[in-house]
Amino acid sequence: MAEAVDYKYIGTSPVRPDGVDKVTGRAQFAADQNMPNTLYGKILRSPHAHANIKSVDVSKALAMEGVYAAVSGADFPGGARGKVGGEGGGDIGDVARNIMARDKALYHGHAVAAVAATSLTIADAALAMIDVEYETLAPVLDVVAAMAADSPLLDATNFTKNLPETPDKPSNIASVTVLTRGNVDEGFEQADVTVEGEYHIPMAHQGYIEPHACTATVNEEGKATVWCSTQGHFEFRSMTSKILDWKVGDLKFIPAEIGGGFGGKTTVYLEPVAVLLSKLAGRPVKMMMSREEVFRATGPTSGSVCRVKVGAKKDGTITAAKAWLAYEAGAFAGAPIGPGAMAIFAPYVLENFHVEAHDVLVNKPKVAAYRAPGAPQSMHAMEIALDDIAREIGMDPLDLRLKNAASEGTRAPYGPKFPAIGFKECLEAAKAHPNYTAPVPEGAGRGVAAGFWFNIGMQSSAEVRINEDGTVIIMEGNPDIGGSRASMCLMAAETLGVDYERVKAYIGDTESTGFCNVTGGSRTTFATGMAVVQACEDIIAQCKARAAATWGVDEDQVEWEDGQAIPAPGVNADVTPMSLADVMASAHKTGGPLLGRASLNASGAGASFSVNFVDLMVDKETGKVDVLAFTAIQDAGTAIHPAYVEGQMQGGAAQGLGWALNEEYIYDADGVMENAGFLDYRVPVASDLPMIDCQIIEVPNPRHPYGVRGVGETPIVAPLAAAANAVRAATGVRINDLPLSPPNILAAIDSD
Amino acid sequence: MARIVFHDQLLPATNGEREIEVTVENYRDLLVVLEARWPGIGERLAKSAVAIDGQIYQDAFLEPIAANSEVFFMSRIEGG
Amino acid sequence: MSKVHVQTTINGEAVEYLCEPQQSFLDVLREDLLKQGTKEGCATGDCGACSVLLDGRLVCACLMLGVEAEGRTLTTIEGIASDDGLHPIQQKFLEHAALQCGICTPGFIVATKALLDKNPNPDETTIRYWLAGNLCRCTGYDKIVRAVQAAAEELAQEA
Ligand code: FES
Ligand code: FES
Repeated sequence: MAEAVDYKYIGTSPVRPDGVDKVTGRAQFAADQNMPNTLYGKILRSPHAHANIKSVDVSKALAMEGVYAAVSGADFPGGARGKVGGEGGGDIGDVARNIMARDKALYHGHAVAAVAATSLTIADAALAMIDVEYETLAPVLDVVAAMAADSPLLDATNFTKNLPETPDKPSNIASVTVLTRGNVDEGFEQADVTVEGEYHIPMAHQGYIEPHACTATVNEEGKATVWCSTQGHFEFRSMTSKILDWKVGDLKFIPAEIGGGFGGKTTVYLEPVAVLLSKLAGRPVKMMMSREEVFRATGPTSGSVCRVKVGAKKDGTITAAKAWLAYEAGAFAGAPIGPGAMAIFAPYVLENFHVEAHDVLVNKPKVAAYRAPGAPQSMHAMEIALDDIAREIGMDPLDLRLKNAASEGTRAPYGPKFPAIGFKECLEAAKAHPNYTAPVPEGAGRGVAAGFWFNIGMQSSAEVRINEDGTVIIMEGNPDIGGSRASMCLMAAETLGVDYERVKAYIGDTESTGFCNVTGGSRTTFATGMAVVQACEDIIAQCKARAAATWGVDEDQVEWEDGQAIPAPGVNADVTPMSLADVMASAHKTGGPLLGRASLNASGAGASFSVNFVDLMVDKETGKVDVLAFTAIQDAGTAIHPAYVEGQMQGGAAQGLGWALNEEYIYDADGVMENAGFLDYRVPVASDLPMIDCQIIEVPNPRHPYGVRGVGETPIVAPLAAAANAVRAATGVRINDLPLSPPNILAAIDSD
Repeated sequence: MARIVFHDQLLPATNGEREIEVTVENYRDLLVVLEARWPGIGERLAKSAVAIDGQIYQDAFLEPIAANSEVFFMSRIEGG
Repeated sequence: MSKVHVQTTINGEAVEYLCEPQQSFLDVLREDLLKQGTKEGCATGDCGACSVLLDGRLVCACLMLGVEAEGRTLTTIEGIASDDGLHPIQQKFLEHAALQCGICTPGFIVATKALLDKNPNPDETTIRYWLAGNLCRCTGYDKIVRAVQAAAEELAQEA
């Protein structure tokens, strides 16, 4: 059970172990992999958002000088028309079809063929020689229209899942989720005020700065080695094995340093294609996406329409809440409606609610996870509704939330009761924060919102080895996307009682470390951290046994303190304490080198809540928003490396503000994304933002040895509604839709 | 007896029953009981997460279930 | 198409190469010279990951042709640290946790070098506008700006 204790290393913010290589350009990212004799692979993409593929002919490309392989859907298992994947559930079949279209192109930019050639120039020329015959179909672009019975269908074999009655007609609705408790009609009858609205949010991209890239080499024995940019190389290996129908054991995945992911690099795009091309060409194949390809063909998050109705008494008690959610899945099923539905009311005590959420196919790229997938969209609607209620009943928005805040023992909307959580603590901290007690600057508006994410555990492995000088090597399998090596080293230093500088952490490939699930879901510091702590405890147990053997005492007469084995109090032994180096010095006599290990499937990740508030100014002539101040308050459980916890909070705030203020996928009537570049898809730049003030709340998670909750996802949730509520406060106009970009704000002000 | 609650997506598999009470030792035994009662439900439950007394498990197995336990099946959660 | 012969200086070293006339300097750097500390985020001049100094001026290597390096002097991220160790800018980026994934970091460090060479004492607004051509998706810029401020102070003390 973790308690507030004084740690020596945990809670400090030392320089990360991989830092020097990353500030000098030495660190190897996926596109930095070089092998002799490498070919460049490139992908041909559909120019249509919705079309039947009648035929693909790569023969002319293959005949070109310098072209060594060319493939289309027909070259993958399952062929151009057959069933793909062979798995129950069909998800991997969808991924297979997403990375290479078979009989249908489902979005503009959908991969239809690929080549490998001696140079990028030749590869481009070869793509132009591939003949594809399309039969174009009407694109389905609007999520609500897509749900209509008469909408054109993306997939004539899709029958909506989870309905009480199995439907007899196919539809674009992939599945429906319902979550309900109490009686909403009665709840609304008890309400003194009711607010209701419909909120639209367009698709947004994770926007990692490093485009997807990989190099694959298949040798004459048919064994593949793949270097890639991934949040989870074990999962990439598994997906590639299923998509290509190769043995897992014939595939080795080496994770390069990863240049951002935010969920978007939890699934494959290039890797199976590169392996197949390399196999056919007999040479290594390197593939790098352009930024345009990243926008058009990799995971955005769902655009959404949310309808929300909330009722409350004059004293602020929420009596009922109702939500109808429609999320764009893109071309294949899988919008995050489950989490969206479970998260929307999660921060609050609610007796009566009803949520109905829809996963809807549209001719846009297949969505991928993006930080707290599904929560920002639905919670944006709820947090705006609460703001409107607070205004109507004349209550401070923080007080309204405090009045209804969930705490330990509250039954979460998704069923179980919350264990210890820190939402009230976050709200109290916000109320007392100097940025909140300070008056709102003249002409500006202040907006408040709350955020939430479940966090997850899942499988992790770790090994800890001790060198003969007593230095410590950690080997684990979670790509370090934001400083996790430093957190692992801190937890190991704390557990073992050795200096942080004496610990190094490595990310092993699929053959040098045990299985780890993805770096995602805010699980790495929690779950892999737990494995590292247990592997260190394994080392300590071994050291105690060896010291006992050396001293001729019982094992329970040895303790571990400050990095050394010592006799337990009262043990009458005249011995010198043994450090890790001492144990290693005699290890050849006491049982060989020290190797600690742990593997686990972690449960008990604690939910993380946040409260954000923002001051911003709206230029009523141009509609431009200036963010003056942003404050993020979040429960981290325990902050292992506070600077990187702040980094997660600040980065999430910036992404949330970007989504709130400017970012959106803009489509023309044909389903072509019109802004597939950083010039027109405008992510926040340094001059768009102020400093982002952070306050880390620490309500330790009892289920982690050091109280970690996981912090990476929650920060993106609250900024959307916080910004919308601040714009409302600044202008007096309520804008339900995002982004709050100059044209949208001007239009709203003008029509008011 | 432990209280077992099914989310809406599972209701087709439980003939609409939202809640039952059973006596079992652990999660593995619970699955055996449920499968016997509603053949085929195990496959659907394998795709759900489960919360036992407030703790969420993506893959429960031998977790104990006490006489006063609450067990909620819920959607699996992934993350970015 | 025949290749063009180019002679240039990169990080103080005379370099010769052959490149295609349409090839970007970034491509030459990364794929031919294997100086891969300079990153590609967009290849359209919008992200700054490819920032290099051309005769001391900050440019995007992706917007420059390989042939345009002829006779010029270039500095890349590999040329920022000296024999004495890390440049103070690099040191401050580390100390301030101004990188998370680190893909944008070489570009930010080169851009910061150009800024502080020109203006040793920039205020926060100047820093933010100068660095507005460099995208970072991980940090929200807070710690980057603080690292730049700290580097400026450090350099002022050294001077
Ligand atoms: S790669 Fe040159 S600016 Fe983005
Ligand atoms: S640290 Fe990841 S983009 Fe800047």
